[in-house]
Amino acid sequence: MAEQESRTVKGNMATALGAKLCRPNVIPAYPITPSTLFPERISEYIADGELDASMVRVESEHSAMSACIGASASGARVCTASASQGVALMHEMLFIASGMRLPIVMAVGNRALSAPINIWADHQDTVSSRDAGWMQFYSEKNQEGLDLMIMAFRIAEDERVLLPAMVGIDAFVLTHTIEGVDVPAQEDVDDFLPPYDPPHGKLDVDDPATFGSFGTPEYYQELKHDQTVALEETDEVIDEIFDEFEERFGREYNRLNNYKCDDADIILMTMGSMSGTARAAVDELREEGEKVGLAKLTVFRPFPGDLLKEIAGDADGLAVVDRNISPGFGGAAFAEAAGTFINENKNPLMKNFIIGLGGREIFKENFKEMYHKTKEAVEAGEVKEPVEWINMNEEIMR
Amino acid sequence: MYEVRFHGRGGQGAVTAANTLADAAFREGKDVQAFPMFGVERRGAPVAAFARIDKEPIDVKTQIYEPDIVVVLDMSLLDVVDVTEGLKEGGKVVLNTAKEPSEFDFEDAEVFTVDATTIAVDNGLGTETNPIVNTAILGAYSKVAGNVKMESIYKGIENNVPVKHDENKQAAKEAYEQVIGV
Repeated sequence: MAEQESRTVKGNMATALGAKLCRPNVIPAYPITPSTLFPERISEYIADGELDASMVRVESEHSAMSACIGASASGARVCTASASQGVALMHEMLFIASGMRLPIVMAVGNRALSAPINIWADHQDTVSSRDAGWMQFYSEKNQEGLDLMIMAFRIAEDERVLLPAMVGIDAFVLTHTIEGVDVPAQEDVDDFLPPYDPPHGKLDVDDPATFGSFGTPEYYQELKHDQTVALEETDEVIDEIFDEFEERFGREYNRLNNYKCDDADIILMTMGSMSGTARAAVDELREEGEKVGLAKLTVFRPFPGDLLKEIAGDADGLAVVDRNISPGFGGAAFAEAAGTFINENKNPLMKNFIIGLGGREIFKENFKEMYHKTKEAVEAGEVKEPVEWINMNEEIMR
Repeated sequence: MYEVRFHGRGGQGAVTAANTLADAAFREGKDVQAFPMFGVERRGAPVAAFARIDKEPIDVKTQIYEPDIVVVLDMSLLDVVDVTEGLKEGGKVVLNTAKEPSEFDFEDAEVFTVDATTIAVDNGLGTETNPIVNTAILGAYSKVAGNVKMESIYKGIENNVPVKHDENKQAAKEAYEQVIGV
């Protein structure tokens, strides 16, 4: 193993570096705040001769994903980056990428959706793509963005998987923030990630075949079933590849990370950059004698329900923190967590907290408030208000 | 944990100053973060940039509201921005001015001054009306804060400033030597 290079980079640079180390062949991309630095960097890598790849300049995100699909079907290793409205505009193509079992990797600078226009951190863009059949990874810090890009290619291209993946880094909080990272050496990434060789054929003018063909009612449901099972079974592959990455590069990853949960009465579940602030809050609450833990979602799709049952099954309360909202029900992770426990004999009381929409700050004090509200519900033995919005400015509310 | 806030105007390099400082501290084995005021930056408008430095891994992801030190690149900002807002009790203020620290009153804050504009212009960094003071001011920061060595600041300049490395390092060195109030 060669030594890893330590340097400071912005989040976009971390995902671009991770992508470059994977030697993608084709990068179709359309710039959008806060992800624009990604295609800029990739262009520079190509111009400087550091990356031998084709950058495809397209006229929209819909075209970007279309080009990703064509290139991936031809056997190329493909990646792109987007955010917010860009991911929304790609929406119809996302389903085609997963339905055609193409291992495309997309870096997303997680950002709010309009209206009103907002360029700041929010998970609504990718959470709204939950049902598109992609794996979804979320980063707490730039190092995770870099590492998850590398692991995402390896997992996506595994013959047992063959599905696309998104790697999220929160807008500005990560995309535009400098942090220190360790960058694996190219030779070690080459060893970890062999060249992509599509195991079931590819678009080839010398050996024509049909891809993405009609699926009549006699076939469609079975194909969707198989695709769904494939996504659900990525659990094992993800665990295996996370472990191998740790062995090689020394950094531990878990689909759902357990921080001080083993003896915890109440567990906070978070996703993305807020997890760092939540850990700091958990440490302070622990010092105050509170038995609290943190479960951090690194993988949102497939949802790690197996690990959530292990980690939170014996807890009294589970506070699910969502930086997104599904109007008419609650946060997306809350719905997943509630569904996870539906047939269990024992489950924690569950509360959902909506916070951080459109870049609203999420403070340590907010996590403490969520903890105490959940503790109150546990002590009362009932949840009066399942979904609560936190850090609201009452003065400007209706 | 040590938290730093830079005040400048869009285009003056406050963000590069924060990035360079974080990179310098990272070279000393510290954990760091540096980030702009999240939003849209416009040339000439007041901007802020931030840096966090800690021996321990930094967990928090919020912006900085109670800095240990405030660095002001442009004195015209004193009329439009409350530069010491949230400054910790007994915190430090570094001002880019030819005046003496005693000419300023920021209640219980310790004031330091350095004529970074003259130093920058003398070293060929920008012009009298548009001086590039962000590297000079880091020399003053190093002396005042005492938690990042000049050797590291030089490395940070090499990594983060695209041109005129020698001139920028020289400016930082002169500001380190000339800052008043230490």
